[in-house]
Amino acid sequence: MKRILFAALVLAAAVPALVTGVVAADGQPGPRVSSGPHPITLDVPAEVTNREIVDDVKRVRNYADQPPLIPHAIRDYQIDLNINKCLTCHDRRNTEGSQAPMVSVTHFQDRDGQTLGTVSPRRYFCTQCHVPQTDAKPIVGNRFRDFDAVLGAGPAKEGAK
Amino acid sequence: MAIKTAICSMIAACWRVFARPSVHYSLGFLTLGGFIAGVLFWGGFNTALEATNTEAFCISCHEMRDNPYEELKQTIHFTNRSGVRASCPDCHVPHQWTDKIARKMQASKEVWGKIFRTIDTREKFLDKRRELAGHEWDRLKANNSLECRNCHSAESMDITKQTPRAAKLHETFLFTGEKTCIDCHKGIAHRLPDMTGVEPGWTASAIK
Repeated sequence: MKRILFAALVLAAAVPALVTGVVAADGQPGPRVSSGPHPITLDVPAEVTNREIVDDVKRVRNYADQPPLIPHAIRDYQIDLNINKCLTCHDRRNTEGSQAPMVSVTHFQDRDGQTLGTVSPRRYFCTQCHVPQTDAKPIVGNRFRDFDAVLGAGPAKEGAK
Repeated sequence: MAIKTAICSMIAACWRVFARPSVHYSLGFLTLGGFIAGVLFWGGFNTALEATNTEAFCISCHEMRDNPYEELKQTIHFTNRSGVRASCPDCHVPHQWTDKIARKMQASKEVWGKIFRTIDTREKFLDKRRELAGHEWDRLKANNSLECRNCHSAESMDITKQTPRAAKLHETFLFTGEKTCIDCHKGIAHRLPDMTGVEPGWTASAIK
Protein backbone atom coordinates (compact mmCIF):
# COMPACT_ATOMS: atom_id res chain seq x y z
CA MET A 1 0.00 0.00 0.00
CA LYS A 2 2.74 2.34 1.04
CA ARG A 3 4.67 1.58 -2.10
CA ILE A 4 1.71 2.41 -4.36
CA LEU A 5 1.14 5.66 -2.52
CA PHE A 6 4.80 6.58 -2.96
CA ALA A 7 4.69 5.81 -6.68
CA ALA A 8 1.58 7.97 -7.05
CA LEU A 9 3.29 10.84 -5.27
CA VAL A 10 6.36 10.60 -7.48
CA LEU A 11 4.17 10.60 -10.59
CA ALA A 12 2.22 13.60 -9.35
CA ALA A 13 5.46 15.47 -8.75
CA ALA A 14 6.83 14.58 -12.18
CA VAL A 15 3.78 15.46 -14.27
CA PRO A 16 4.19 19.27 -14.30
CA ALA A 17 7.82 18.91 -15.35
CA LEU A 18 6.87 16.51 -18.13
CA VAL A 19 4.12 18.80 -19.33
CA THR A 20 6.36 21.87 -19.47
CA GLY A 21 9.00 19.82 -21.24
CA VAL A 22 6.51 18.77 -23.88
CA VAL A 23 5.15 22.28 -24.23
CA ALA A 24 8.62 23.73 -24.67
CA ALA A 25 9.53 21.12 -27.24
CA ASP A 26 6.33 21.84 -29.15
CA GLY A 27 7.23 25.50 -29.39
CA GLN A 28 4.18 26.43 -27.33
CA PRO A 29 4.29 29.62 -25.34
CA GLY A 30 6.79 28.97 -22.56
CA PRO A 31 8.86 31.44 -20.59
CA ARG A 32 9.86 34.26 -22.89
CA VAL A 33 12.44 36.96 -22.94
CA SER A 34 11.24 40.32 -24.02
CA SER A 35 13.91 40.69 -26.68
CA GLY A 36 12.90 37.72 -28.79
CA PRO A 37 9.82 35.73 -29.74
CA HIS A 38 11.15 32.41 -28.56
CA PRO A 39 11.21 30.26 -25.42
CA ILE A 40 14.33 31.05 -23.42
CA THR A 41 15.32 27.40 -23.49
CA LEU A 42 15.59 27.39 -27.27
CA ASP A 43 18.93 27.99 -28.95
CA VAL A 44 18.61 30.47 -31.75
CA PRO A 45 21.37 31.50 -34.14
CA ALA A 46 23.11 34.72 -33.19
CA GLU A 47 22.08 37.82 -35.08
CA VAL A 48 24.44 39.13 -37.70
CA THR A 49 27.04 41.44 -36.21
CA ASN A 50 26.86 44.74 -37.99
CA ARG A 51 29.87 46.64 -39.15
CA GLU A 52 31.01 49.83 -37.55
CA ILE A 53 30.87 52.94 -39.69
CA VAL A 54 34.43 54.26 -39.73
CA ASP A 55 34.49 56.46 -42.83
CA ASP A 56 35.47 59.69 -41.05
CA VAL A 57 32.49 61.52 -42.58
CA LYS A 58 30.57 63.82 -40.27
CA ARG A 59 26.87 62.95 -40.00
CA VAL A 60 24.07 65.48 -39.98
CA ARG A 61 22.65 66.25 -36.55
CA ASN A 62 18.93 65.72 -36.29
CA TYR A 63 18.57 68.61 -33.88
CA ALA A 64 20.91 71.37 -32.80
CA ASP A 65 21.75 69.91 -29.40
CA GLN A 66 22.43 66.41 -30.62
CA PRO A 67 25.85 65.15 -29.55
CA PRO A 68 27.74 64.56 -32.79
CA LEU A 69 28.27 60.92 -33.71
CA ILE A 70 31.72 59.35 -33.78
CA PRO A 71 32.60 58.48 -37.40
CA HIS A 72 35.73 56.47 -36.60
CA ALA A 73 36.70 53.29 -34.77
CA ILE A 74 37.07 53.64 -31.03
CA ARG A 75 38.02 50.10 -30.19
CA ASP A 76 40.16 49.88 -27.03
CA TYR A 77 39.90 53.62 -26.42
CA GLN A 78 40.76 54.08 -22.78
CA ILE A 79 38.72 56.66 -20.90
CA ASP A 80 39.57 56.52 -17.22
CA LEU A 81 41.47 58.24 -14.45
CA ASN A 82 44.78 57.63 -16.25
CA ILE A 83 43.97 58.90 -19.70
CA ASN A 84 41.15 59.97 -21.98
CA LYS A 85 42.09 58.67 -25.40
CA CYS A 86 39.50 60.86 -27.15
CA LEU A 87 41.05 64.01 -25.73
CA THR A 88 44.48 63.10 -27.09
CA CYS A 89 43.05 64.38 -30.39
CA HIS A 90 40.00 66.46 -29.52
CA ASP A 91 41.48 68.45 -26.63
CA ARG A 92 42.26 72.09 -27.39
CA ARG A 93 46.01 71.53 -27.17
CA ASN A 94 46.05 68.59 -29.55
CA THR A 95 43.91 69.65 -32.49
CA GLU A 96 46.70 71.16 -34.56
CA GLY A 97 48.52 67.89 -34.85
CA SER A 98 45.46 65.70 -35.12
CA GLN A 99 43.26 68.03 -37.21
CA ALA A 100 40.31 66.73 -35.21
CA PRO A 101 37.41 68.99 -34.19
CA MET A 102 37.95 70.51 -30.78
CA VAL A 103 35.50 69.62 -28.03
CA SER A 104 32.83 72.28 -27.82
CA VAL A 105 33.36 75.04 -25.27
CA THR A 106 30.14 73.97 -23.58
CA HIS A 107 32.19 71.07 -22.27
CA PHE A 108 34.39 73.48 -20.33
CA GLN A 109 31.55 74.60 -18.10
CA ASP A 110 30.94 73.01 -14.77
CA ARG A 111 27.43 72.57 -13.43
CA ASP A 112 27.39 76.10 -12.02
CA GLY A 113 28.09 77.57 -15.41
CA GLN A 114 31.67 78.47 -14.51
CA THR A 115 33.94 78.09 -17.52
CA LEU A 116 37.05 76.10 -16.68
CA GLY A 117 40.39 75.96 -18.48
CA THR A 118 39.80 72.47 -19.78
CA VAL A 119 37.11 69.84 -20.12
CA SER A 120 34.88 69.77 -17.07
CA PRO A 121 34.87 66.52 -15.08
CA ARG A 122 31.16 66.06 -15.74
CA ARG A 123 31.88 66.00 -19.49
CA TYR A 124 34.91 63.72 -19.22
CA PHE A 125 33.26 60.46 -20.21
CA CYS A 126 32.75 61.09 -23.91
CA THR A 127 30.90 57.89 -24.76
CA GLN A 128 28.08 58.76 -22.38
CA CYS A 129 26.76 60.96 -25.18
CA HIS A 130 28.94 60.43 -28.25
CA VAL A 131 28.64 57.06 -29.90
CA PRO A 132 29.82 55.38 -33.08
CA GLN A 133 27.25 53.91 -35.46
CA THR A 134 26.91 50.58 -37.22
CA ASP A 135 25.23 49.82 -40.52
CA ALA A 136 22.40 47.98 -38.74
CA LYS A 137 18.91 48.59 -40.04
CA PRO A 138 16.56 50.01 -37.40
CA ILE A 139 14.39 47.29 -35.84
CA VAL A 140 11.42 49.60 -35.50
CA GLY A 141 10.34 52.42 -37.77
CA ASN A 142 10.93 56.04 -36.88
CA ARG A 143 8.74 58.92 -37.91
CA PHE A 144 10.98 61.61 -36.49
CA ARG A 145 10.99 64.79 -38.55
CA ASP A 146 13.51 67.47 -37.92
CA PHE A 147 12.73 71.05 -37.03
CA ASP A 148 12.72 72.37 -40.57
CA ALA A 149 10.47 69.61 -41.81
CA VAL A 150 7.96 70.29 -39.04
CA LEU A 151 7.86 73.99 -39.91
CA GLY A 152 7.62 73.13 -43.56
CA ALA A 153 10.61 75.33 -44.30
CA GLY A 154 13.08 72.71 -45.42
CA PRO A 155 12.54 69.76 -47.74
CA ALA A 156 9.89 67.41 -46.30
CA LYS A 157 11.76 64.55 -44.74
CA GLU A 158 10.25 61.29 -43.54
CA GLY A 159 12.35 59.59 -40.90
CA ALA A 160 15.69 60.65 -39.59
CA LYS A 161 18.95 59.15 -40.56
CA MET B 1 96.16 13.84 6.06
CA ALA B 2 96.34 10.99 3.57
CA ILE B 3 93.02 12.02 2.04
CA LYS B 4 94.16 15.60 1.64
CA THR B 5 97.33 14.51 -0.19
CA ALA B 6 95.29 12.21 -2.45
CA ILE B 7 92.92 15.02 -3.42
CA CYS B 8 95.84 17.36 -4.08
CA SER B 9 97.57 14.86 -6.33
CA MET B 10 94.30 14.22 -8.20
CA ILE B 11 93.80 17.94 -8.87
CA ALA B 12 97.43 18.15 -10.02
CA ALA B 13 96.88 15.22 -12.42
CA CYS B 14 93.74 16.82 -13.85
CA TRP B 15 95.52 20.12 -14.33
CA ARG B 16 98.37 18.38 -16.19
CA VAL B 17 95.85 16.88 -18.64
CA PHE B 18 93.95 20.16 -18.93
CA ALA B 19 97.08 22.26 -19.49
CA ARG B 20 98.54 20.06 -22.23
CA PRO B 21 95.73 17.80 -23.49
CA SER B 22 97.47 16.92 -26.73
CA VAL B 23 100.17 15.05 -24.78
CA HIS B 24 97.53 12.73 -23.35
CA TYR B 25 94.87 12.53 -26.09
CA SER B 26 95.10 12.26 -29.84
CA LEU B 27 94.56 15.40 -31.88
CA GLY B 28 91.69 13.73 -33.75
CA PHE B 29 89.90 12.93 -30.50
CA LEU B 30 90.33 16.46 -29.22
CA THR B 31 89.16 18.06 -32.46
CA LEU B 32 86.14 15.83 -32.83
CA GLY B 33 85.37 15.94 -29.11
CA GLY B 34 85.65 19.71 -29.10
CA PHE B 35 83.36 19.95 -32.08
CA ILE B 36 80.70 17.71 -30.56
CA ALA B 37 80.95 19.45 -27.20
CA GLY B 38 80.59 22.77 -29.00
CA VAL B 39 77.48 21.63 -30.84
CA LEU B 40 75.94 20.31 -27.63
CA PHE B 41 76.73 23.45 -25.70
CA TRP B 42 75.54 25.83 -28.39
CA GLY B 43 72.42 23.79 -29.08
CA GLY B 44 71.59 23.62 -25.40
CA PHE B 45 72.18 27.32 -24.90
CA ASN B 46 70.02 28.31 -27.82
CA THR B 47 67.27 25.89 -26.86
CA ALA B 48 67.19 27.33 -23.35
CA LEU B 49 67.25 30.85 -24.77
CA GLU B 50 64.36 30.15 -27.11
CA ALA B 51 62.42 28.49 -24.29
CA THR B 52 62.57 31.78 -22.39
CA ASN B 53 61.39 33.50 -25.54
CA THR B 54 57.90 32.04 -25.60
CA GLU B 55 54.65 33.41 -24.36
CA ALA B 56 54.14 30.29 -22.24
CA PHE B 57 57.33 31.18 -20.37
CA CYS B 58 56.28 34.83 -19.93
CA ILE B 59 52.91 33.99 -18.44
CA SER B 60 54.27 31.22 -16.24
CA CYS B 61 54.62 34.02 -13.68
CA HIS B 62 51.34 35.32 -12.31
CA GLU B 63 52.56 38.91 -12.54
CA MET B 64 52.54 38.72 -16.33
CA ARG B 65 49.61 36.31 -16.66
CA ASP B 66 47.18 38.35 -14.56
CA ASN B 67 48.13 41.84 -15.70
CA PRO B 68 49.60 42.54 -19.14
CA TYR B 69 48.45 39.26 -20.69
CA GLU B 70 44.84 39.68 -19.55
CA GLU B 71 44.83 43.17 -21.04
CA LEU B 72 46.44 42.05 -24.28
CA LYS B 73 43.65 39.54 -24.84
CA GLN B 74 41.12 42.35 -25.32
CA THR B 75 43.10 44.17 -27.94
CA ILE B 76 43.47 43.89 -31.68
CA HIS B 77 46.94 42.42 -31.30
CA PHE B 78 45.35 39.33 -29.80
CA THR B 79 41.88 39.04 -31.30
CA ASN B 80 41.07 40.25 -34.80
CA ARG B 81 39.46 39.27 -38.09
CA SER B 82 42.47 37.53 -39.66
CA GLY B 83 43.55 35.59 -36.59
CA VAL B 84 47.17 36.70 -36.81
CA ARG B 85 48.34 37.68 -33.37
CA ALA B 86 51.37 39.02 -31.60
CA SER B 87 52.74 37.14 -28.62
CA CYS B 88 54.77 38.76 -25.84
CA PRO B 89 58.27 38.26 -27.31
CA ASP B 90 57.16 39.54 -30.72
CA CYS B 91 57.02 43.04 -29.29
CA HIS B 92 59.22 42.85 -26.23
CA VAL B 93 62.26 40.90 -27.46
CA PRO B 94 64.36 41.94 -30.47
CA HIS B 95 64.66 39.29 -33.18
CA GLN B 96 68.33 39.86 -33.98
CA TRP B 97 70.71 37.78 -31.95
CA THR B 98 72.98 40.47 -30.48
CA ASP B 99 70.06 42.73 -29.58
CA LYS B 100 68.25 39.74 -28.16
CA ILE B 101 71.16 38.82 -25.89
CA ALA B 102 71.43 42.43 -24.75
CA ARG B 103 67.73 42.47 -23.90
CA LYS B 104 68.01 39.11 -22.13
CA MET B 105 70.81 40.46 -19.97
CA GLN B 106 68.66 43.45 -19.08
CA ALA B 107 65.86 41.05 -18.26
CA SER B 108 67.89 39.60 -15.40
CA LYS B 109 66.52 42.58 -13.49
CA GLU B 110 63.10 41.03 -13.95
CA VAL B 111 64.30 37.88 -12.18
CA TRP B 112 65.38 40.15 -9.34
CA GLY B 113 61.94 41.71 -9.32
CA LYS B 114 60.30 38.31 -9.24
CA ILE B 115 62.42 37.13 -6.30
CA PHE B 116 61.84 40.30 -4.28
CA ARG B 117 58.17 40.55 -5.28
CA THR B 118 58.33 44.00 -6.83
CA ILE B 119 54.99 43.69 -8.59
CA ASP B 120 53.43 40.59 -7.07
CA THR B 121 50.05 42.25 -6.42
CA ARG B 122 47.78 44.19 -8.74
CA GLU B 123 48.29 47.33 -6.62
CA LYS B 124 52.07 47.12 -6.76
CA PHE B 125 51.88 46.53 -10.49
CA LEU B 126 49.67 49.58 -11.05
CA ASP B 127 51.94 51.72 -8.87
CA LYS B 128 54.96 50.74 -10.90
CA ARG B 129 53.26 50.70 -14.28
CA ARG B 130 54.25 54.18 -15.39
CA GLU B 131 57.91 53.43 -14.76
CA LEU B 132 57.76 50.04 -16.50
CA ALA B 133 55.83 51.42 -19.47
CA GLY B 134 58.37 54.25 -19.64
CA HIS B 135 61.16 51.72 -20.09
CA GLU B 136 59.39 50.15 -23.03
CA TRP B 137 58.60 53.53 -24.63
CA ASP B 138 62.25 54.52 -24.29
CA ARG B 139 63.45 51.24 -25.73
CA LEU B 140 61.14 51.43 -28.75
CA LYS B 141 61.93 55.08 -29.26
CA ALA B 142 65.66 54.30 -29.24
CA ASN B 143 65.43 51.46 -31.77
CA ASN B 144 62.98 53.31 -34.04
CA SER B 145 60.10 51.00 -33.08
CA LEU B 146 61.95 47.98 -34.39
CA GLU B 147 59.53 45.46 -32.91
CA CYS B 148 56.54 47.20 -34.50
CA ARG B 149 58.33 47.29 -37.83
CA ASN B 150 59.12 43.59 -37.71
CA CYS B 151 55.51 43.21 -38.87
CA HIS B 152 54.33 46.67 -39.91
CA SER B 153 56.55 48.11 -42.61
CA ALA B 154 56.10 51.62 -43.87
CA GLU B 155 56.91 50.43 -47.42
CA SER B 156 54.05 47.95 -47.44
CA MET B 157 51.60 50.37 -45.90
CA ASP B 158 48.91 51.22 -48.44
CA ILE B 159 47.60 54.49 -47.11
CA THR B 160 44.78 54.56 -49.64
CA LYS B 161 43.31 51.70 -47.65
CA GLN B 162 43.50 53.71 -44.47
CA THR B 163 40.98 56.22 -43.27
CA PRO B 164 41.84 59.74 -44.43
CA ARG B 165 42.69 60.65 -40.86
CA ALA B 166 45.22 57.84 -40.46
CA ALA B 167 46.66 58.38 -43.95
CA LYS B 168 47.23 62.08 -43.29
CA LEU B 169 49.00 61.48 -40.01
CA HIS B 170 51.19 58.70 -41.38
CA GLU B 171 52.17 60.91 -44.30
CA THR B 172 52.98 63.81 -42.04
CA PHE B 173 54.83 62.03 -39.28
CA LEU B 174 55.81 58.48 -40.18
CA PHE B 175 56.96 58.74 -43.79
CA THR B 176 58.96 61.86 -43.10
CA GLY B 177 60.74 60.05 -40.29
CA GLU B 178 59.77 62.82 -37.93
CA LYS B 179 58.14 60.38 -35.54
CA THR B 180 58.34 56.69 -34.90
CA CYS B 181 55.44 54.30 -34.22
CA ILE B 182 55.61 54.43 -30.43
CA ASP B 183 55.38 58.23 -30.36
CA CYS B 184 51.70 58.01 -31.26
CA HIS B 185 50.77 54.38 -30.69
CA LYS B 186 51.21 54.00 -26.95
CA GLY B 187 49.00 51.65 -24.99
CA ILE B 188 47.83 49.69 -28.02
CA ALA B 189 48.33 46.28 -26.43
CA HIS B 190 48.04 47.12 -22.74
CA ARG B 191 46.20 49.66 -20.61
CA LEU B 192 47.95 52.96 -20.09
CA PRO B 193 49.27 54.33 -16.80
CA ASP B 194 48.63 57.89 -15.64
CA MET B 195 49.58 59.86 -18.76
CA THR B 196 49.92 63.26 -17.14
CA GLY B 197 52.83 64.96 -18.83
CA VAL B 198 53.07 62.52 -21.72
CA GLU B 199 52.00 64.35 -24.86
CA PRO B 200 50.65 62.37 -27.80
CA GLY B 201 53.12 62.21 -30.69
CA TRP B 202 51.19 64.59 -32.92
CA THR B 203 51.13 67.24 -30.22
CA ALA B 204 54.58 67.05 -28.66
CA SER B 205 56.17 69.03 -31.51
CA ALA B 206 53.34 71.54 -31.86
CA ILE B 207 53.15 72.63 -28.22
CA LYS B 208 55.85 75.09 -27.34
